[in-house]
Amino acid sequence: MTYREAVRSALREILRTDARAFLMGEDVGAYGGSFACSKGLLEEFGPERVRDTPLAESTFLGAGIGAAMGGMRPIVEIMTVNFSLLALDQIVNNAATLRHMSGGQISVPLVVRMATGGGRQLAAQHSHSLEGWYAHVPGIRVAVPATPADARGMLLAAMREPDPVFLFEPAVLYPVEDEVDEAAGPADLRHALVRRAGRDLTLVAFGAALPKALAAADALAREDVSAEVVDVRVLRPLDLPTIAASVARTRRAIVVDEAWRTGGFAAEIAASLAEQVFYDLDAPIGRICGAEVPLPYPKHLEDAALPQAATIAAAARALMGRHG
Amino acid sequence: MLRIRRFEEKAAELYTQGKIRGFLHLCIGEEAVSVGTLAALSASDNVVSTYREHGHALARGVPMAALMAELFGKVTGCCRGRGGSMHFFDVGRRFYGGNAIVGGGLPLAVGLALADQMQQRAAITLCLFGDGAVAEGEFHEAMNLAALWRLPVLFLCENNLYAMGTHVARHQAQPDIARKADGYGVPAEAVNGMDLHAVETAVAAHGAAIRNGGGPRLIEARTYRFRAHSMYDPELYRTKAEVEQWKLRDPLPAFAATLRSAGRLDDAGFAALETEVAAEIAAAVAAAEAAAWEPLDGLVRDVYTADAPETTSCA
Repeated sequence: MTYREAVRSALREILRTDARAFLMGEDVGAYGGSFACSKGLLEEFGPERVRDTPLAESTFLGAGIGAAMGGMRPIVEIMTVNFSLLALDQIVNNAATLRHMSGGQISVPLVVRMATGGGRQLAAQHSHSLEGWYAHVPGIRVAVPATPADARGMLLAAMREPDPVFLFEPAVLYPVEDEVDEAAGPADLRHALVRRAGRDLTLVAFGAALPKALAAADALAREDVSAEVVDVRVLRPLDLPTIAASVARTRRAIVVDEAWRTGGFAAEIAASLAEQVFYDLDAPIGRICGAEVPLPYPKHLEDAALPQAATIAAAARALMGRHG
Repeated sequence: MLRIRRFEEKAAELYTQGKIRGFLHLCIGEEAVSVGTLAALSASDNVVSTYREHGHALARGVPMAALMAELFGKVTGCCRGRGGSMHFFDVGRRFYGGNAIVGGGLPLAVGLALADQMQQRAAITLCLFGDGAVAEGEFHEAMNLAALWRLPVLFLCENNLYAMGTHVARHQAQPDIARKADGYGVPAEAVNGMDLHAVETAVAAHGAAIRNGGGPRLIEARTYRFRAHSMYDPELYRTKAEVEQWKLRDPLPAFAATLRSAGRLDDAGFAALETEVAAEIAAAVAAAEAAAWEPLDGLVRDVYTADAPETTSCA
């Protein structure tokens, strides 16, 4: 099934099995979800449990927090990560802080889903990758499912968490197809995953960058360079041990992140690796990130602004001392 | 009202002694709103408050000792000392802050009311905010959503005329706050916030309408704070004469006079009340002084529910 069908499959299972669960957000009902993830759910579950909201991100996100405090299990959909900035106050000042600030009295079992990232020629106000910003904030969990199986499994897992979980779904991945076991149940929401074993270097990636890193590893394999690919999966709390163990084995690392390089999450991973495995390294840790530009509309410029398999492979060759 | 007044006077004194730090926003002058409003609610209702919430919390029945300890930052405080003056929480009494982002509590109130509506709980959510919050998008978004979904929310604006130091005439194009509800089809009323009975009557009436499925209501309680916005505020934005003029409408002696004329309070009775309140405050302060601090290894507890091992300190 496709990534979007996997999300829908999880939503349907949650609504069927948890009477406290409901979905709310922009166009999730009558429209069927701006990315068609909730198509058919309004007809199946009715307007009480599949709620169209006004375009008022701060208030429907805040209402999700309040509803979670009041005993419900809301799933809030924000159309894209850029729009989530209108709800940043509720996310950072309330969702992330209420538990600690109240001395542990308040639990906010809220799940928030939103599309993230570029690659669809939607220009600068619909294409950014801001999950790294959210990963800066203690008190919330930040996950980036990169495969259809994770899209389903991580959403199911998020519903079992007592704390706010933010799922960033790379918009470019919604049509991607893969096998998904609908009997598999919740995915692991704690660990990074080695998606491809390798010997010579580690490509650390997440979200839309993962398929590109895997494609780069394919290309490198044809040149007898064996790249390991680690899918970060969860940005906060970060599973550094899995990533560091891979890099300690391969002794080289390139971190791939579609977001901007300056102050980005790739820097967080690179710095953490430098602290943990510096003496195991044979080369400086590399970073392949988005260009320092608001994402442009034309395809050739958008492609040039985002990491691509070819740029990742080229960086890997350079790191291995291979040129040409 | 007397408990709130004396508690806050003590808090101000402790602040000047350095026992309490941070921001301290006193509600002296606004006690009739706290007491009148909370008296008209039931224990199953939710309360969402602001950073000027000492009066609301006391009127809700949160123990004074827990509030005083919270001001001290002690572990016996209502939030283990983590919140301080601006963040009193008592979930057992459905008191959900203590929110210091102006307007930030309004969406939470909408959500609490939504949870009650979906679970068919017979409760309303009281959402307290100041006149400053009316300029925030949250006010308009929350009014719209609550009205759209007919949620059981009582929006109660404590209009004390000043958003920090900016007079309502300088921050509202339409300073008649109750009228703003018209745009959302929400019934609204402005009441004399210096009159305990007027506040209680209005809250009871509108609360009953909400309980009967009438959807949200808005009450604008017109009141005044006799003290500065916070302990840091030099009050350059208003005259002493204006404050003195409002003190003539002090709700505390006004209510005491009502009780006296009804034959329910005399000098001896009032003196006994003062003695009782003073003893409660003295005990709360002594307990807070004696209480322990949160242990340092508690620094990162309650960031996540399970105190997961990945929540490490900055060391």
